[in-house]
Parts: sequence; C-alpha cells; structure tokens
Amino acid sequence: MIPELGHFALALAVALAAAQAVLPIVGAQSRDPRLMAAGPALAVGQLTALLAAYGCLIWSSVVNDFSVYDVAMNSSSTEPLFYRITGTWGNHDGSILLWCLVLAICGGAVALFGRGLPSALRARVLGVMGIVSAGFLLFTLTASNPFRRMWPPPIQGAAINPLLQDPGLAIHPPILYTGYVGFSIPFAFAVAALLEGRVDATWGRWVRPWTLAAWCFLTCGIALGSWWAYYELGWGGFWFWDPVENASLLPWLTGTALLHCAIVVEKREALKTWTVLLAIATFSLSLCGTFMVRSGILNSVHSFAVDPTQGVFILVLLAITIGGSLALFAFRAPVLAASGVFAPISREGALVLNNVLLCSLCAVVFTGTAYPLFAALFHVQLSVGPPYFHLTVVPLLVPLFLAMSVGPVLAWKRADLAPALLRLWWAGAIAALIGIGTEFGLHRAFAAAGFAAAAWLILGAFAELVERVRLFRIPLGNSWSRLRAQPLGVWGGAIAHAGMGVTVAGIAGMSLALSTIVAVAPGQTIAFGGYQWTLLAMHDVPGSDYTAHVADLRIMRDGRQVAVVHPSLRTFGQQHQTVTDTSIQTNLLRDLYIALGGEQDGKVVLRLHVNTLAAFVWLGALVMAFGGALSLVDRRLRVGAPARRGAVGVPA
Amino acid sequence: MDAVIRRRLLMLGPLGIAAAGSGVFWALLLRMQQGKYDPHALQSMLVGKPLPDFTLPGQAPSAGFSNTDVNRGKLPALVNFFASWCIPCVEEASALDGLARQGVTIWGIAYKDKAAATAGFLTRYGDPYHQVARDADGRTAINFGLYGVPETYVVDRTGIVRLRYAGGLSSDSVNDTILPLLRKLA
Repeated sequence: MIPELGHFALALAVALAAAQAVLPIVGAQSRDPRLMAAGPALAVGQLTALLAAYGCLIWSSVVNDFSVYDVAMNSSSTEPLFYRITGTWGNHDGSILLWCLVLAICGGAVALFGRGLPSALRARVLGVMGIVSAGFLLFTLTASNPFRRMWPPPIQGAAINPLLQDPGLAIHPPILYTGYVGFSIPFAFAVAALLEGRVDATWGRWVRPWTLAAWCFLTCGIALGSWWAYYELGWGGFWFWDPVENASLLPWLTGTALLHCAIVVEKREALKTWTVLLAIATFSLSLCGTFMVRSGILNSVHSFAVDPTQGVFILVLLAITIGGSLALFAFRAPVLAASGVFAPISREGALVLNNVLLCSLCAVVFTGTAYPLFAALFHVQLSVGPPYFHLTVVPLLVPLFLAMSVGPVLAWKRADLAPALLRLWWAGAIAALIGIGTEFGLHRAFAAAGFAAAAWLILGAFAELVERVRLFRIPLGNSWSRLRAQPLGVWGGAIAHAGMGVTVAGIAGMSLALSTIVAVAPGQTIAFGGYQWTLLAMHDVPGSDYTAHVADLRIMRDGRQVAVVHPSLRTFGQQHQTVTDTSIQTNLLRDLYIALGGEQDGKVVLRLHVNTLAAFVWLGALVMAFGGALSLVDRRLRVGAPARRGAVGVPA
Repeated sequence: MDAVIRRRLLMLGPLGIAAAGSGVFWALLLRMQQGKYDPHALQSMLVGKPLPDFTLPGQAPSAGFSNTDVNRGKLPALVNFFASWCIPCVEEASALDGLARQGVTIWGIAYKDKAAATAGFLTRYGDPYHQVARDADGRTAINFGLYGVPETYVVDRTGIVRLRYAGGLSSDSVNDTILPLLRKLA
C-alpha cells in the first residue's frame, strides 16, 4: 500500500512538473500575472509530492518490504537501519528518484527564496526547471520506477553492494547530487535570460549565490568520493582519472569558471554571453556526468548496469535539454550586448584568463575521458590513463596557479601589473625559498614545485587582505580594525584560494609517499619508511552481516609505539564479496595506511604506505567549500538583499 | 564575412559540439543494443589458449569432471560458472536451457556454493548442464581468471577457448553471439 502511495505521488509530481513547465512560461510571454504566479505554487507542490514519494521508498526499505523490486535487490533485513535508508539511493532507480528530488528542492528554493525576483524572470526560471523536471520524472515513472512490485516476494533481500556499506559513500550521493543539480538553477537563469533577451547586474547578483552554493556541495562531493576511493578501495591513491571521477570534475571546472564570471557580470556587466554559455555548459556537463555514467556507456567501477533502452531515453532527454538550450543560445545570444569595457590587464582580464585556463583544463580532461568512446566507434579498444592527464593537466595548472594569486590584487577596469606584482613580492620570495629548500633537501622536483605553488597560493590568497588592511603601513591597531571591517566575501575568496593551496600541498606531499607490499608471518617485524611494523596476530571477528578477517599490527618508531591498527578483509555472507577495510592512522602530516591482502603459506600479504600530507588533499577541498560558504553568508550577497534593489531596477 | 554573421556562426559552435557528442553516444547505444559494443567487455587471458588444468568433484548425482573430460567430450562446448546465490545466474537459466535443448553441451561449475544450495538451484531453475562439478573453494575459478559469476567460456573443437562471456546470458546474446560462434566452430 505504501509503495502504491509513493507511485501515485511520483505520478502526481510528473503532472505538476508538466504544468510547471508550461504555465509560467506562457504566462511570462503573454504577461499574464495569474499564470506566472502558478509557477511557485506548482514548484512547491512538486517538491511536496516528491518528498512524499521518496519518504514512501525509504519506508518500504526500512520495513523490509521485499515485494518492492528495488528493495529486494538492494536491501536485506540483516542490514543496519542506516544502510537500509541509504540503500534507497545506492541503486539505479532510487538514485534517479533522489536526483529528481534534489531538482525539486532547487525549484522549491527558487520559489521560496526568490520572492524578490522580477516576476517574469522568476516565472521563466521556474518554467525551465519544470521542463527539466518533467522530462526526468517521466523517465523515472516509465523506465526506472523504484516502486515496481515483484511477485512472489523473496523471503530475504539481496542486500546492498558491500562496497557501498560505508558511511562515507552512503552520504556521498546526496551531497554530489546537490552539487550537480544545484547547477540547474544557474542553468534555468541562463535560459530565462536568453528568453528575455536581457542579462544585467541584477541577473548576475541572483545567479552568483546559487552557483556558489552548488559549487560548495560539488567540491565536498568530489572530495568525499576521492576520500572514499582512498580508504575503501585500498589502492593507496586518491584520484585515478576514472571516467566517473572525471565526469564529476568537468562540471566543477566550468562551475568554478562560472562562479568567477558571474562576478564580472555583477560588477561590470561584461562577459554576459560567455557567462550564459558557462551556465548552460556546467549543467549540461552535470547531466552528462550523472546520466552517461548511469547509461553504462562508460566503463567504470562505479557504474550501474543499465539496459540500453533506458540509455536511449536518457539520451533523448539530454538532447532536448542541452540541445534545446544551446540552440536557444545560438539564436538569442547575439542580442546580449556587453556594456562594460575593460583593459586586458585588469581584474576582469585576470578573470578571463582564469576562465580560459579552467575551460582548457575542462577540454583536456573531457578529451581524455571521451576519446576511448570515439575510438570504440572505430573498433579500437583503448583506455586513456593517468600519464596522459598528468602530461596535459600540469602545464595548464602552472599559469592558473600563478594567476590565482595575481588576479585578486589587480584593480577593476584597468590595472598595472608591476605594482600588483610588487605587492606579492613577499609571497613569491617565501614560495621560492620553500621550493628551493625542498629541492635541495629531497631532490624531488615535482614535490618542490608543488610545495612552492602551495605556498604561493596560500600566501597570495591573503595578499589582497594584507593590502586592504595596509599592514605595516599604518599602526597595527588600525590594521586590526580594518581587518574586522572586511566583508565576509573577501575572506571567503581568500580562504577558498588558500584551500586550493592546501590541496596542492597535499598532492605534492603524496608524490613523496612510500609504499611496499610484504608477506609476513605473525610475530615478524618489518622495517619500512622509518617505522617498525610488527604483525601481532590474525583472527576472525563476526560483524553485522559479514565476517572480518582481522590483522593486529603494531607500528613503532624509535622504540616508541605509534599505533596498533587492525586492517581487515570483510567477507559479506550473501554476495560472497570481499571488501578491504584499510587502516589509516593519521596525524594530519602523514598517514600510515595499511591494506590487508590474501594469505599464502602461512604468511599474510600486507600493503604498507606512508603517505605524506595525505589529509591535506581533502582538507583543502573542505577549506575551499568553507570559503565558498563564508562568502555565501556575506550580507551583500545574501539572497534577500539584492531583491530590494532588483525590484527597483528592473520592472517586470 | 560580415561581423554579425561571423558572430552568429560562432554562437552555433557549442550546439555543433553537443550535436556531434550526442551522435557518438547515439551510435554507441545502438551498438550496445545490437550487442556489438560492450564497454564492460573484458579481454580474457584464456582466449586463444586451452582450458587450464582442473579436476573437480561432481555435484550429485552428476559425476565430477576435469579439463581433459571437456576436451574429450562433444565439441564445441560451453563451460559455465554459476552459483545459487547469484541473481544474474537465475536470469540466464532460461537462455542456457534453450541452448541445451538445441543440443549444445554445457559443462557447469558451481562456484563457491554449498551442495544443497546448488541442488535446490538446479531443481528450481532447471538443469541445462551435461555435468555439474563443484568448485567449492574457487581455486579453479582463479585459474580461469574468473571475473564473477555467471561467466561462460566457449571451447572449440581443438580444445581452445574462443570466447569468454562475463555476465548473464540472455536470449539476445545467445542469438547474436553464442550461437553464431558455435555454428562457425562446428
């Protein structure tokens, strides 16, 4: 009964989304206020229906209703409650319903927080979101309905994939999807602007916070995925250039470009066409990221198996959404005239450079990801590996990092490079010292360059603040009061840039990581990486729905015990699948990472890693997201604040 | 060319790229449907080589068999790994049944499965196998380079493995892949 209610709520959501796709846009074109006003109501209605539907799906999973096909295939009564809930999005159908739910939440957010928007713009934005929603909800309802029944129901469900039984991965999809789908809002704003034929500062002011929010979630989502791969897959790396990882990186790159571009639109009313294109491209890449992975075309450890007919449906939806918006762009973009002009050396110029570099990175990663597909069309089997990416990405990162610190100290409209660089001399000097010091100490060029870049980014990030408070040029007390008066947006930008520096430091540190594979008998001690590793014992521990084969390992350094760790291999009863449970002992500066392998001739195979600065890789991403969040709460950018201005400046 | 037209053409660029991309995906999806393209296709080390050495106990009432038994039996033949706990194995049961009814010899190997569970599986979903052996500890599977169950190997008349099919067989994959290959090898 509950699944039927969910099914009904899903059908209701389709109907509401279809109405939302048509009425507000018709209203905006014909200037009918009643039809325009239907937009927010329909968006909230659709959100309510989808919340109900998803609630029903969770309920079915929690009470172990195995007559529901997806519950039977992905859940079992032996699982902890937490995984029965998160299992609802651990499979294809449920994850698409979650995707639609997040889209509806975005629509609801525009409806609720967008009261100050010009009513025609809001109606068009909601209408565009309705179009996207209607398409994907229709797909959910007809081709991947999570409420399908199965008769006769099995006595026990098939349980979630053991790899997904992990708290990090369980919360990963909602965060990543919020990031992906959050970009639907800038997308809808872009399409609405094309329909209206107008992009102005108000528009930029509205687009930026939504973009920023989505960007923060996407940053966290990518970091979480990378962290999961690090500790769960047991390979010791943090980024494998897997197609699915790349698919999440692409919208992040264009989204970052969009974020910076929206500043220019807001402050200077320039780069309008480009911003609109980026907004469309970012959401298009998000869509591709979600659904190309789901369609099973890409070969990856993460993809769900899907039958190709669903793939065709998805492709048609993508073609309508992406193709439609780009066709509109081709048709309407030439009327969006830029009003602001600027010299090449200026803050705007630096942001353009940032865009060029970020989009080149995006193109390079896209080529590496898509090339095997193109090759497959000509019956050539190949895969593009990390060497390609390292070779192409690093040369683009160098100018990007250089510009990241210089850009923020340049003045708007027209600036001089020489004084700007003078303001950064101390950051450059310290970075160079660190780089040269590392090279002399360790003779590792990549790490030296990485640490120098990290120092340059972190110090350079705060150069604008140092400049603003006129440090050491006025009394310290005055600087302090100036510092406290700085808007949060400035802090946010500086912290986000510094976060990138932290990540770069982590990556540079990881290039110094040591690893080895050893076979040891219980009682034996291995010296590796400056530590003594002693295998104490092996034993079996029963878990909730698995048995763990655990190794007890003592790690000593200079005669003192550092840690006793317990890496294990978990064998899950129902699927006979084995999952490595690595042990990571971290003090933030280095990770001792131990993965347990098989046993041979009474010896246990262990993989030992000493990963320098590993935690910085994800810490940096968190710092970036924190910086973004900080500028999101800046009063000047708060969603309500521009509304008052918008109402005056732009008559509907 | 006049500037306005140039600008308009430039604005068409993104659409062109997207159209080209969707064309490629469309072509790949079509091929996936026809079974001509499988992104998950795994090249097996075994293809082009004889079966690895193995001697396995039988699943009662069937007798056990070894690689030489397969090579001395009727060829070409299929070797199919399955298990009672695997859902795709249930799904491919009817496809295997169809093959058996057309006179194809299928050697079954129950992978990491309890004898009672295998027996239950065979009574519930049918027994298309010429003989069924048990690989209880999965060591033979390692020698095959098994990726997962179900997995099917096609052995030609000289005992050489010609195809490894990872995943469940369907009537489509039987008609498009397995049967044409068997006809070619016969």
